[in-house]
Amino acid sequence: MSDLASQFNAQRGYLLRVAQLQLRDRDQAEDVVQETLLAALAAEAKFEAKSSVKTWLTGILKHKIVDAIRKKAREPSVSMLQQEAEIDDLDVFFNEHDNDHWETKPAEWRNPERDLEQRQFMQMMDFCLDKLPPNTARVFMLREVMELESDEICQELKITATNLWVILYRARMLLRKCLEQNWFGETPAHG
Amino acid sequence: MLKLNCKEASRLLSQAMDQKLTTTQRAALRVHLSACEACTRFGAQLHNLRAAMRKYRD
Repeated sequence: MSDLASQFNAQRGYLLRVAQLQLRDRDQAEDVVQETLLAALAAEAKFEAKSSVKTWLTGILKHKIVDAIRKKAREPSVSMLQQEAEIDDLDVFFNEHDNDHWETKPAEWRNPERDLEQRQFMQMMDFCLDKLPPNTARVFMLREVMELESDEICQELKITATNLWVILYRARMLLRKCLEQNWFGETPAHG
Repeated sequence: MLKLNCKEASRLLSQAMDQKLTTTQRAALRVHLSACEACTRFGAQLHNLRAAMRKYRD
């Protein structure tokens, strides 16, 4: 195995973790990582030592994941995405009899930077991500982990900007609630 | 749009994470946040979430 090939292979675990997070499907994640490593080897000559192996592979992986999601988008899950954009489950967070004030005022998260360093925090993050509706989680990951721009996501998934914002809003509302309940502690104060 | 309630403000705060808001939206949000601690905290949490997701990936 060439030196570069073994350096690529050393990143397999990392790539798999990212793909798994993104696709939420072990088999598909394995496939995408395999394709990424093969594509990287095939284009080995294009690799320039000035960029890191990890960054370069992540760039290739990103395309492979977008392809995989695009394929998925042609399957019935698109209408699922549409449905997830339309569910109205967030009203419970606001009190309609009180001019839509927060039902429970968001707490002040103390030392979030320090928490991010903790393994247990990331496990809690996993737990909370798993509780999101699956397509909502996928879209959220595309935006926040893959850092795709809104218009790229809309284009790939063939959804409107409005639907995208609703989906991302739901993901954030549910995640922050989950983290606040399970990690940061809830303030009983009424907002 | 001039006077936002918390539900509307929270939506705009989320939307601002994904695109630049219009001048009117930004102004309305500023007015709301200047008087609303709950939404200010929510806004900070959105940034914490983003940082957490970047960390999660790396």
